[in-house]
Amino acid sequence: MSHHAPVAKSHGGGKAAVGDVGRPPVAWAVPGILFFAVFAIVPLAIAVYLSFTSWDGLNSPTMTGLDNWTRLFQDSEFGQAAWLSLVLTVISWAFQTPVALLLGVWAAGRQKNRALLSAVFFIPLLLSTTAIAMLFHALLDPNFGVIKEIGPWIGVDPNVMGSSTGALLVVAFVGGWQFMPFHTLIYQGGARQIPEVLYQAASIDGAGMVRQFFHITLPQLRHTMTTSSVLMIVGSLTYFDTVLIMTKGGPGTDTTILPYLMYRTGFQTYDLGYAAAIATALVVVATAISLIMVRLSGFGNMRSTREGM
Amino acid sequence: MSIDTRPAAPRRRSAPAARPVSRPARRRKPLGNPVAGLGSLVWLLIVLVPLYTLVSASLMRQDQALNGDPLAVPTDPTFENYRTVLDSGFLSLLGNTALVAVATVAIVLVLSVPVAYVAVRTRSRLSSLAFRTFLLGVAIPAQAVIVPLYLMIGKMGLYDSLWAIILPTAAFAMPVAVLVLSGTMRDVSEEMYEAMALDGASPWRMLWQLAVPLSKAGISTVAIFSALQAWNGFLFPLILTQSEENRVLTLGLFNFMTQFGVNIPAVLAAIVLSVVPIFAVYLVARRALINGLMGVGGK
Repeated sequence: MSHHAPVAKSHGGGKAAVGDVGRPPVAWAVPGILFFAVFAIVPLAIAVYLSFTSWDGLNSPTMTGLDNWTRLFQDSEFGQAAWLSLVLTVISWAFQTPVALLLGVWAAGRQKNRALLSAVFFIPLLLSTTAIAMLFHALLDPNFGVIKEIGPWIGVDPNVMGSSTGALLVVAFVGGWQFMPFHTLIYQGGARQIPEVLYQAASIDGAGMVRQFFHITLPQLRHTMTTSSVLMIVGSLTYFDTVLIMTKGGPGTDTTILPYLMYRTGFQTYDLGYAAAIATALVVVATAISLIMVRLSGFGNMRSTREGM
Repeated sequence: MSIDTRPAAPRRRSAPAARPVSRPARRRKPLGNPVAGLGSLVWLLIVLVPLYTLVSASLMRQDQALNGDPLAVPTDPTFENYRTVLDSGFLSLLGNTALVAVATVAIVLVLSVPVAYVAVRTRSRLSSLAFRTFLLGVAIPAQAVIVPLYLMIGKMGLYDSLWAIILPTAAFAMPVAVLVLSGTMRDVSEEMYEAMALDGASPWRMLWQLAVPLSKAGISTVAIFSALQAWNGFLFPLILTQSEENRVLTLGLFNFMTQFGVNIPAVLAAIVLSVVPIFAVYLVARRALINGLMGVGGK
């Protein structure tokens, strides 16, 4: 425990207490804070400003008041994109959570080959989103890809990318393929922290494995589940590379989720003011979710003690 | 593979809120084992089949890849695809990417270490406000700021330079870096600081001789993460650079896809080549990486 007796607090305030001796000046943090502010916080403010302007990327932005925002709420494309983002998020969560949870709990245990298997599971995390999207683009090519061989066998139409539902499901699947190891690790870390005595007590009481899972493992992992879920949600709200590379928002606009709509509006039609409005809408949702994360998972009280965060 | 015998985060100093961490070695019998065990095998297939196809098809001649069974073992492996890729300027992409990654890591470390140190060692309102700002920064998506960054980078005269990639990438790697670093620095015990303070050490010396050496695990985690982020970044290079001389790997890969068209084996070979450096890092720094990731879910 470190309660510092004010030993050296003498001589009319010339010296600070021992507890304060050797504390760094706050100024040390200024360069880092400034740098972060310039490239992350200030742009956020500018994005809000630009959302009230019309800007083609060449001339100066001109104020147009609430035009972009009224347009946003009437724009059926935006509505569709927001809806698709939501659907993608829900699908991704429903797909990734059970698998990551089971894999993570399983990997926290003691099996032969666990280390080797975990190492294999980890590999997708090393590939960039670009590489993964291109890989699946090649694999799912209806004319040349593996899908034409495997597809019929597992009941998937080789032209899965050509159908709107199929394309969205593929985007969700590819995201899951990439990030599953990350969430598995999160659950693995959480499961390792569950005190063993809980299980011993439950075994003595005659609880079977299934009951132990539902009555001990799941409740004990609820914080972990919050963290993982929020990361999944924010992650799938901001999928971009995968969509750009695999579907270009298609077929039609059936995989045009919010970030892709923003990109298309901003950097293909050069309607940057409106793109800024879309981006602002996106960040409002992401921030709302992260605030909930800070609340629910207790990150906010600065008490994270495990290695890492 | 015997490089990582040393645990990456050895000092888990009696942190008040930490639950006892039981050793994996004497684990209970895991629960849900049959279901999860079977599931893990299914997932293994889902992970391995694409990876297998990636490597095997990259070794095939184009006609075999296009006409034959893509799951077949390449009967007549060839490195021709790899040569095609290497001949199309792959090494310059690699060089640019390495430069971006190194610069990003350097900036992130130089700027984040003092921020984390101040956040942990001072109790001023300002430092806790700054810390909270970084906390929220984790959730700022790059897409949210790309339009203004396009404007700013242009005004700064950095458009289409490697700096246009490095600076925003470093900024966006900082929140996680600060969180990770302050997590590890908080585990350095107060008594050690006091002992050094009694010896008359300056804050600077305490940072260099105490906090930094004891936070090696966190620092290496941060370095690896920032490097990975720089290596895999796509949006910043896509929007903020243009010319071929400033092209990085991810963007180069994307270009190969259009350039090589249906030459799928060549595209796959490019992907394999882009992964090789990361895989090498992974083999060396596996523990730091995995421990860092696992810490995210802590409590």
